[in-house]
Amino acid sequence: MPETLSAPLVVEFPFTRSLGPVQSAFLTGLRERTVLGVSTAGGKVLVPPVEYDPVTAEELRELTEVAATGTVTTWAWNPAPRPAQPLATPFAWVLVRLDGADTALLHALDAPGPDAVHSGMRVRIRWAAERTGAITDIACFEPYDGGDTGQSAPHDGEFTDPVTGIVTPARLDYRYTPGRAQSAYLDALSRQHIVGERCPSCHKVYVPPRGACPTCGVATTEQVEVGPRGTVTTFCIVNIKAKNLDIEVPYVYAHIALDGADLALHARIGGIPYDQVRMGLRVEPVWTEGGRHPDHYRPTGEPDADYDAYKELL
Amino acid sequence: MRDVAIVAFAQTDHLRQTDELSEVEILMPVLHQVLDATGLRASDIGFTCSGSSDYLAGRAFSFTMALDGVGANPPISESHVEMDGAWALYEAWVKIQTGQADTALVYSYGKSSPGEVRDVLTRQLDPYYVGPLWPDSVALAALQAQALIDAGDTDETALAAIAHRSRVAAADNPHAQLKGAVPAGDYVVRPLRTGDCPPVGDGAAAVILAAGDTARALCPRPAWIRGIDHRIEAHSLGVRELTDSPSTRLAATRAGAFERPVDTAELHAPFTSQEVVLRKALRLDDSVDVNPSGGALAANPVMAAGLIRLGEAAARIHRGESDRALAHATSGPCLQQNMVAVLEGESAHA
Ligand SMILES: [Zn+2]
Repeated sequence: MPETLSAPLVVEFPFTRSLGPVQSAFLTGLRERTVLGVSTAGGKVLVPPVEYDPVTAEELRELTEVAATGTVTTWAWNPAPRPAQPLATPFAWVLVRLDGADTALLHALDAPGPDAVHSGMRVRIRWAAERTGAITDIACFEPYDGGDTGQSAPHDGEFTDPVTGIVTPARLDYRYTPGRAQSAYLDALSRQHIVGERCPSCHKVYVPPRGACPTCGVATTEQVEVGPRGTVTTFCIVNIKAKNLDIEVPYVYAHIALDGADLALHARIGGIPYDQVRMGLRVEPVWTEGGRHPDHYRPTGEPDADYDAYKELL
Repeated sequence: MRDVAIVAFAQTDHLRQTDELSEVEILMPVLHQVLDATGLRASDIGFTCSGSSDYLAGRAFSFTMALDGVGANPPISESHVEMDGAWALYEAWVKIQTGQADTALVYSYGKSSPGEVRDVLTRQLDPYYVGPLWPDSVALAALQAQALIDAGDTDETALAAIAHRSRVAAADNPHAQLKGAVPAGDYVVRPLRTGDCPPVGDGAAAVILAAGDTARALCPRPAWIRGIDHRIEAHSLGVRELTDSPSTRLAATRAGAFERPVDTAELHAPFTSQEVVLRKALRLDDSVDVNPSGGALAANPVMAAGLIRLGEAAARIHRGESDRALAHATSGPCLQQNMVAVLEGESAHA
C-alpha cells in the first residue's frame, strides 16, 4: 500500500457579476461616499437595498439616502481575522442599522477590544481611501459619539459613470488527496507502470481505477497491470491550439484500450502523421524524462487490431 | 398523498480526516448497508437522489464520481442537489408522491478536510454585499448568538450546557466524532467558544424511502413521514429577526408538528445558540428528548448532517424507542433555510 498522496489544490476565480439598477446605484454611491437604501411600499428603508421586497416580493426602485452613522444591532468579536476579511487586526463583526434605515448592514468594526463594543453603540463609516464601487469601499466602521439623526432623503440614484458590474476575486486553498484507488494508480505511474482494478462481480478491469465499479456499485479491489500496448478505439483531430500548450496543431487525441483493460482511456497520439491515425491502430506509451504520466502514445508497428477485438470498448 | 417511510438508515463514522479515501470510497459502505438492511439490489431502486457540494471538494461535478458507488450503469433515474442530503430526501419524497417510483435511495456526503470549511462556506453568501467581506460560518453564528444573549434568551453558561448535554448524549453514538465532556475552550468568535462549535469532519449517510406496503415488506417498523415541509428566509441577515426562526415554525406547522406532541427531536443545530432558536420556534419543552444522538455538535459532516437528523429520528422509530419524532435540517447561514419532517411508527395512534 503506497503512502497517502497529498498535493496543494488552489481554486481561484474572478466572480464577475452584473448589477441591476438598485445595486448599481448603491455601489456607485459608496464610491461617492453616499449611502443609498430602497423604500418599500410599507414605508421601510432597506439598507443595503434589495430589488424585491423581502415580505411582499414587490419590485423596489425608490432610492433613499441615509446617514453614514448608525447603531450596532448585534456584534461578534473576531480575535483572529482570516486572510481576506476587512481588517488584519482583531475586530468586531457588526450588523449596523444606519440612521434613517430600518434594516442592518453587515461589516467590520475597528475597536480596541471586545470591552469597547456593545449592541446599541454608535458607529460611523470609515471610507476606504481608494473606492471602486464595491462593499469594500466601506473600509470598516469606527466608534462615533453622535446621536441618531434618523436622517433620510429621497435620492434619484443618478451618478456620472455608474458602476454596472463587479468582480470579486475568490481563492480557496485545498489539500487534495486522491483516495485509495487513485493513489495506487498514481504510485504505479511513477514507476512507469499502468494499473487498473478488477471488479469482483463483473470482472471488468477499470483504468484509471476510481475505487468502484459503476455497473455493480461495489469496490474494485484487485489490482491488475494493463498495457503497456493498446488499441486506438476512436479518435479526433484537434485543430485549435490550447492556451499554454506547446503542441503543434493539428494533432490527434484518441481513446486507447490498453491490453487487459475493459475501459478505454484517452491520450494524445504522436509519431505518425495526424491523417494516418485510424481505429484499430496499435500504440504504446512514450514516457519523457521526469514525466509523471505518458507524454503520448506512438504506433508499435504491429498489424492493426481486428474490429471485433475492441468493438465492446467503443 | 401516498404513505412514504424511511425504511433504512446508515452513516459512516465521522472523522476529522479521511485522506486515504475518496468520496466514493467513503460512501460505498453506507450504500451497501442500507441495501443489505432492506434486501434490495441497486437495480431494484426506483429513484436515486444525492446531496453534496463541489465547494467542499474544490472540483466541478464532483458528485458524478460518487455515482460510481450506486451502480449507475445501465442508466438509472437519478438526481442531485447541491445542498444537504435532507433536501435530496425531499426531492425523492416528491418523486414517490408523483407515483413515478415506489422506492428511493438517498445519500449525501461531505469531505470537509481538504479545505477550510469556514472559508469555503463564505462562498454561499450574497456575492454583492456580503461575500467580499468573507465573514466565516462561526462569525455569522456568533452574531446570532450575541443577539440571543442581548435579548435575554440565553447566556454563555446555558450555551455551554447545550454543548455538554449533546456530547454526553453522543457517548452512546458509535459514529460521533466528538463525545464525552468537551471543555468550553477559548473564544473562536466571541461569544462562541470552541465548545459551542461543531467539529469539522468527513462523513456520509444513506437512507432508503419506500411507499405503502413496499415499506412494510422492507422494514418491521417503518418510520412513516407524516408531514414534511421546507421554508426559506430573506438572504440578507440584517432583514431577518435572528433570535427567531419563522421559517422553521412555518415548516413545522405545515408538516403537522404541532398537531400532537413529539417524543424526540433531532435538530440540525451545528452551533449551541442555534438550538436555542430552534427550541423556541418549535415550542419544544423538557418532555422532548432533543438530539439523543448528540446532534451536529457531535458530528457535522457538511451536506450530510441534515440527512443524518432524519435518519437518526427514523432509526429511533425503527428500534421502537420513539413513536413520533421531529427531524429538522438547515442550510445557509444563521438557519436561513429549514426543513421539518414528522416521523411516526405504525402503532403511534393505533
Ligand atoms: Zn462490476
